[in-house]
Amino acid sequence: MRIAPASDSALFISFGDSISLETHRRVVSLFHAVERLRDRRIRNLHPAYTSLLIDFDPLHLTHEQLESLVAPLILQSLPSNLESSGLIEIPVCYDREFAPDLAAVAQHSLLTEEQVIATHAGGDYFVYFLGFSPGFAYLGGLAGQLHVPRLVTPRKQVTAGSVGIAGAQTGIYPNSSAGGWQLIGRTPLRMFDASTTPPSRLQPGDHVRFRRIDRGEFDRLARQQEWGR
Amino acid sequence: MIRGPMIRVIKPGLLTTVQDLGRRGFAHLGVSPGGAADSISFRIANLLVGNDLNAPALEITLLGPTLEFEVEATIALSGHGTSASSPISLPMTEAFEVAAGTILAVGPLSAGARAYLAIRGGLVIPEMMHSSSTFLPVKIGGLQGRALQSGDELMIGKRTQGSFRKLSPVVAASLWPYQGPIRVTRSIQTDWFNHETVERFNRQPFTVTEQSNRSGLRLAGEPILASHRGELLSEGVALGAVQVPPNGQPIILFVDQQTTGGYPKIANVIAADLPCVGQLRPRDEIRFQSVKIPEAIELLRQQERALHEAFAS
Repeated sequence: MRIAPASDSALFISFGDSISLETHRRVVSLFHAVERLRDRRIRNLHPAYTSLLIDFDPLHLTHEQLESLVAPLILQSLPSNLESSGLIEIPVCYDREFAPDLAAVAQHSLLTEEQVIATHAGGDYFVYFLGFSPGFAYLGGLAGQLHVPRLVTPRKQVTAGSVGIAGAQTGIYPNSSAGGWQLIGRTPLRMFDASTTPPSRLQPGDHVRFRRIDRGEFDRLARQQEWGR
Repeated sequence: MIRGPMIRVIKPGLLTTVQDLGRRGFAHLGVSPGGAADSISFRIANLLVGNDLNAPALEITLLGPTLEFEVEATIALSGHGTSASSPISLPMTEAFEVAAGTILAVGPLSAGARAYLAIRGGLVIPEMMHSSSTFLPVKIGGLQGRALQSGDELMIGKRTQGSFRKLSPVVAASLWPYQGPIRVTRSIQTDWFNHETVERFNRQPFTVTEQSNRSGLRLAGEPILASHRGELLSEGVALGAVQVPPNGQPIILFVDQQTTGGYPKIANVIAADLPCVGQLRPRDEIRFQSVKIPEAIELLRQQERALHEAFAS
């Protein structure tokens, strides 16, 4: 375990450095315990696979005080139940125009492009947490052959719906944003809509599968999404 | 329905958005803090017109809007520059009256990247996740989640908390734009970079590139390369984090930041210098300077004290 300041206003608490449900349960449990403190000096909580970043008001709380606030919560924390009932299917079109990094991923993983697609679409995934951008679900469960590095230079603009992979994780960009993951496909579904409750299509604890679709179905589903607005 | 007093947007300016002091408590949903890029100038503008500190106001980027006032109003501009206007010069950091029917053209800012235009009473903007600030990447908050457009109508509210305030010039001088290096503390992966690289990071100049916005400022300079190799599992990132992708060109994560990320972070901008980051223009040259956390907190306290004292008299 590691506790260290991330900035003059943030404390970083890490339980390990590889994805496992065991480690993640401790993160989720600490996240809920800190949330229950309802301490106004704590401004934001950023849970991730194995870590929790706590953003706080440095004029009214020090790193040391915060550490002594959370230390007992770390000890007491009971393993959280992570599973939700959801099994969610996300249609993804892996056509070239949506997959600018497919060739690079195939080369890196020593697979054919078809094998990369089949491997990605054949996996069972689990939503660990939301982060990065509203509605971005970090998925664990990516097959080992597909673990590839992030881009050397992140893109300034990634189109909403793009499906990316980086290291041991995969995810869908819900909004157009900058991004450094390797892009191998795109979903026509809207992943985040601030006017719905909950606004995010995927929730922590959901199980996710990708279904490969062709360009025709992509366009059809994209049109349905527009009508549904 | 009774229509409130209106301001009509004749020209929107380069990028004018409604901002307040931001939204907190939604980082676990991937929602960044947002809010005014320079929270000091934002608060000064609201204080000058006697508004509550968080009243929605306009954030102007480089080139201001042209606005038609349907009613008499009291407004104030605040930023790093000393003037903004065309054809006549508008006072900065001082409240002034505009008569009904006035067309106010806020021109190019003389310095800094952003200025704030506060109107006594604030703007009436519905809150989205406890804030009126415009979050452009996801199109939420502000005016339908977007920047101002010609033809928009803005309604003036009633969010005052006192009379107009004057900024004491002596104290203002101590608040006035800090021009030195951007001060940073260590971050979670500082030790991914060897000692010489960290030293060089704190010494060499970087240029702010055109690829910069409220989400992040991309810098260009002699590459800063990590000595440790590895793919980081994505983790929470703090406001002002300086992350370094493998190309060695640092990115300062700013108010509309990603809430988690996986590039290593070499440093983190101190809270007191975040408003200065909001004033950086593309092509500006900057340097970083390393400080310890207690010094960073002390600088923040001094800044808050100065802001308080500037309006005390």
